[in-house]
Amino acid sequence: MNDVIVIGCGPAGLSGAIACVTYGLKVTIMDEFMKPGGRLLGQLHQEPTGDWWNGIKVSEQLYQQALNLGVNIRCGVSVYNLEKEDQMWKVYTSIGTFEAPFLLLATGAAEYPIPVPGWTLPGVMSIGAAQVMTNVHRVQIGKKGIIIGANILSFAILKELQLAGITVNHVVLPEKNAFSQNAGVPEEVMKSLLNAAHLAPSPLLRFGSSFMKNNWIRKMGLTFYPKKGMKVNGTPLLLRKAAVEIIGEDQVEGVRVIDIDINGNPIPGTESTYEVDFVCIAGGLYPLAELASVAGCPFQFIPELGGHVPHHSESMETPLPGLFVAGNITGIESGKIAIAQGTIAGLSIVKHARKGNNSIDNQLQQAIQNVHSVRKQAIIKFNPDIELGRSKMNELWESLYVKNETPGKMTG
Amino acid sequence: MTRIIDHPVLGRLENRNVISFQFDGNSYQAYDGESIAAALLANGIRKLRVHEESGSPRGFYCNIGHCMECRVTVNDHSNVRACLTVVENDMIIQSGKQLPNLLKKGGQSNE
Repeated sequence: MNDVIVIGCGPAGLSGAIACVTYGLKVTIMDEFMKPGGRLLGQLHQEPTGDWWNGIKVSEQLYQQALNLGVNIRCGVSVYNLEKEDQMWKVYTSIGTFEAPFLLLATGAAEYPIPVPGWTLPGVMSIGAAQVMTNVHRVQIGKKGIIIGANILSFAILKELQLAGITVNHVVLPEKNAFSQNAGVPEEVMKSLLNAAHLAPSPLLRFGSSFMKNNWIRKMGLTFYPKKGMKVNGTPLLLRKAAVEIIGEDQVEGVRVIDIDINGNPIPGTESTYEVDFVCIAGGLYPLAELASVAGCPFQFIPELGGHVPHHSESMETPLPGLFVAGNITGIESGKIAIAQGTIAGLSIVKHARKGNNSIDNQLQQAIQNVHSVRKQAIIKFNPDIELGRSKMNELWESLYVKNETPGKMTG
Repeated sequence: MTRIIDHPVLGRLENRNVISFQFDGNSYQAYDGESIAAALLANGIRKLRVHEESGSPRGFYCNIGHCMECRVTVNDHSNVRACLTVVENDMIIQSGKQLPNLLKKGGQSNE
């Protein structure tokens, strides 16, 4: 019998399981992917200290720690439904139905698709797919390619592709439409890139970022933005070109692009074609929360968190008894935040299972504080207003689920 | 096969067991433990199926099980995700085919 079933074997799920098993709870983790680590596996970047954040190594450490403590880990198992019956959560999976009083949903994120005509051709993939194929499976995605979409995630993965010797010829924007929204508007893209100026993709952007925050200078900068783009580690970032169509017979052969003005409007007569054999579409991330939805958890749309997120407290509880969440299902942030949130969720479960000692409340508070300090030190912020998003959810939780105690009743 | 053997940070790929599998009647080699999608791409194969109705070619898109674009038939089980399924020795894999549509084209598939 399990006390806790954790769905998702990434940074949040693993650290949550570790916290639970440390207090004697019996824990099983399930994950669809064939290897433990979740999307942490693909992450690879250099810290300001010069050290590498190698997701494969971090995953392995968490995995070994969990195994040594006795966590049961099942990879290659898909969970497709959740039901509550007699105080027990029933977890329907590809290898049968399991039960536990506590569930931790640590399902991570998925990528927003940006449909581009021709995007169903083999050779077109999400930017995350390219990351997994490159760093996890170690198979080349092609000889020369293009990235559609300029954002934090696409620049981080562009660097990873370059590191693995994969040639990316250009980064262009998607055509402005209802799907791409601001991702197709050069001025908006520039603004969001400037928010990440500390890891800006080129020295010029880094240098210029303080000036470019001024509206007029930014408009001038974009109006005179070089036609050949600014180089990002050797790959031109073309903020004034948009992908119109991906072409090819049985697989990708090229991408038709058109020049755009600073508002994203196409300039007639400026079309050209880039020959490529792969295309990565980078639309950004959203919380992957279907299982919270089928479980019956209420949701709130909070753009700063990346989309619709299940209602949850700072202690990672949901309004549904026994259901907890951690990691990107609660909002898009880095793997380090996911690890820290997993610890909170695990300690919360320990508390609800009445397994903790007197210090559990203290530890929970420390774990919550730890998330705040990790967030302050984060070099990768997917949304610059993440703190606002988090406080929106906290306020919502307070107003909906925390009973207001009348001061007069507070007798010792 | 087009593998990323040497990586400046992740290091060199260790020697892994080579296994063989079939895709649409042809034999290919793969490494033990890798996904069907990775094994096929390493063999230069991007097209995993055609759309059931339109016949347009499809490959993997998200590579982590969300989009269902990479579905193939594995040992007679249809709609298996190539990106999440580990390739095994002697596995028989078939690409997804166009299906006849009873409501259009008089029930004839347009192959």
